[in-house]
Amino acid sequence: MTDPTTRPGVGKPRTGDTPTDQPAGNPTEDRPAGQAGETPAQRRERSLGRLGDRKRARLDELARATADPGGVSLYRDALRRLRRNPVAIVGAVIVGLFVLVAIFAPLIAPHDPVQRFDELTRDLTVDSIPGATAGHPFGSDPLGRDFLSRMIHGSRQTLFVGVLATLIGLTLGVLLGAIAGAFGGWVDVVLMRLTDVMLALPSLLLAITLVAMASRSSQWTVIFAVAIVSVPIFARLLRGSMLAQRESDHVLAARALGVKERNIVLRHMLPNSLTAVIVQATLTFAVAILDAAALSFLGLGDPDINRAEWGLMLGVDGQRYFEVRPELAYYPALAIIVVALGFTLLGEAMREAIDPKNRR
Amino acid sequence: MLRVIVRRLLQLVVTLIALSALIFVWLRNLPGGPVEALLGERATPERRALLIKALGYDQPILVQYGKFMQRVLTGDLGNSIRTGDPVTDVIARAFPATIELAIAAMIIAVGLGVPLGYLAARYRGRLLDNLTIAGTLLGISIPIFFLGYLLKDVLTQDIHWFPPSGRISTGMDNTSVTGFYVLDGLLTREFDASADALWHLILPAVTLATIPLAVIVRITRASVLDVLNEDYVRTAEAKGLRHRTIRGRHILRNALLPVVTTIGLQTGALLSGAVLTEKVYNWGGLGTLITDSISGGRDYPVLQAIILLAALVFVLVNLLVDLSYAFIDPRVRVR
Repeated sequence: MTDPTTRPGVGKPRTGDTPTDQPAGNPTEDRPAGQAGETPAQRRERSLGRLGDRKRARLDELARATADPGGVSLYRDALRRLRRNPVAIVGAVIVGLFVLVAIFAPLIAPHDPVQRFDELTRDLTVDSIPGATAGHPFGSDPLGRDFLSRMIHGSRQTLFVGVLATLIGLTLGVLLGAIAGAFGGWVDVVLMRLTDVMLALPSLLLAITLVAMASRSSQWTVIFAVAIVSVPIFARLLRGSMLAQRESDHVLAARALGVKERNIVLRHMLPNSLTAVIVQATLTFAVAILDAAALSFLGLGDPDINRAEWGLMLGVDGQRYFEVRPELAYYPALAIIVVALGFTLLGEAMREAIDPKNRR
Repeated sequence: MLRVIVRRLLQLVVTLIALSALIFVWLRNLPGGPVEALLGERATPERRALLIKALGYDQPILVQYGKFMQRVLTGDLGNSIRTGDPVTDVIARAFPATIELAIAAMIIAVGLGVPLGYLAARYRGRLLDNLTIAGTLLGISIPIFFLGYLLKDVLTQDIHWFPPSGRISTGMDNTSVTGFYVLDGLLTREFDASADALWHLILPAVTLATIPLAVIVRITRASVLDVLNEDYVRTAEAKGLRHRTIRGRHILRNALLPVVTTIGLQTGALLSGAVLTEKVYNWGGLGTLITDSISGGRDYPVLQAIILLAALVFVLVNLLVDLSYAFIDPRVRVR
């Protein structure tokens, strides 16, 4: 990078291909192969004249300098810092393990999560739920099903609820924020008033209200409610970033070049805002599974008794049978805490890594 | 200053009206709305029509909303579907309980969070800092109703340090003046009632304080870290000012602004958390009311009132926070 010839705009402009710099009397001109291989575009390039050639050489240099492996992009730099950060590694390992368990749940789980075992149901009484036995290391759940298998399968449903809620929230939020930020003016005012109204409600109260407004709760109402809560956050985030960019140099440059407004928004502004959105999505995931658990606890969760989802297990059975067998609460709670922690750690580390303030 | 307050209050009114209109229209256009909730799904069409007429649901939605707003402005929020009591009475009974709990939780969160955050920043990278950060991460990752059950199980069942639930011991003869039991005891000089209410308050307040505490610690730490690197702190140290002066006048005062903002925003977390905490400790406040209003056949008038009240509290607190900036930092011009 210290070599002046590789730096744009500095040094000799003619370090490029010498043939193009000397149009006349060049020995390569006489070669028939060279003539035949020439495209019309190349011929047109030649007729730029001295000044044109000079400009082009400079542009070529500029292009070479930016492609120079010596330079480090923000993403690569952030990735490098992430890899060195133990917090990020712990977070990533937790998230990775969680996703792996969720994917391979049917292979790992020893039993079917909805099957009721006779040897377990036999011992079920009002004030006793069987603990660990030979075939069932975590014991039974209140309906005589294998608790370990339900825990393992629970990772799937939990991942499903978290991912779907985050994705819905992200999509709607990004859409609102992008529209507000791209158009500005009264569209911005109206949309931001709407998010203000949503933000004026405490998040869980909003979720409760949304669930309560559906005639009966299901897994979908829970996912929807948890998702809607995160919409104003994403919208605000994206709008702020878009507004900041509207006046920035690269958007001004694109506009000056006559790039269509739609393409400026989609190709120039949106990609630059997405990093912050992805970080927020990681953090939102943790909140989503915690909120889903809270809704189950309040009796507004998924009524399907066969569904194995950690929040549901903790919020319903864990609460109901806490005195009888606290493990029914402990294991799902521990799983939720660890996974939420993993996503939070990863998200925080990512946020730190992309913050230019932390560049070293 | 006055103009600012007036304008913000007007904005608040607009937000509340928009919110009420949204909820109002939504509630009345639901499949299985209040009518279904009242009569059940197998009601005869005649009875349904009667009820719809009685509730005024047959009129145009704008007329209904106009009438509703008219009644709201005269302080009439309708009657609870479940019990038939006026909504204002139902809410007035529950409101002080939740506010008492929320204030206690906020005192714990701020009282513990700001010093902890300051110390963590001061001893950055040391054991105390690492432990604090680990603690805050755990604090925001734990479902607070689970933490509530855990605390309750250990501290009230295993060792009887605290009462398991309720706001005051049964048989305690307390006179209610404001509805804030701790304050009532002090006002009526029934100090034993005050102490008993406080004793009941501690565990729920600690549970509810977890998340705000964690957030306040983190913000304080980050904010103090920023200020510590400032030139004026180094100058103050070089001048040989006393440690206490530097801490109070130079570091904390400058670091406080983001912390105060966070405190305002955490009001929302407190109101959300109160719903869960109240259920765990059987605390008869707004949270309990909301859960009952939903599970006991969607009591929409009550629900609607609670939601509007929560939004009002949240927005008002944040208005106060914004206004307080001018007092904390004279450089800030409130706009």
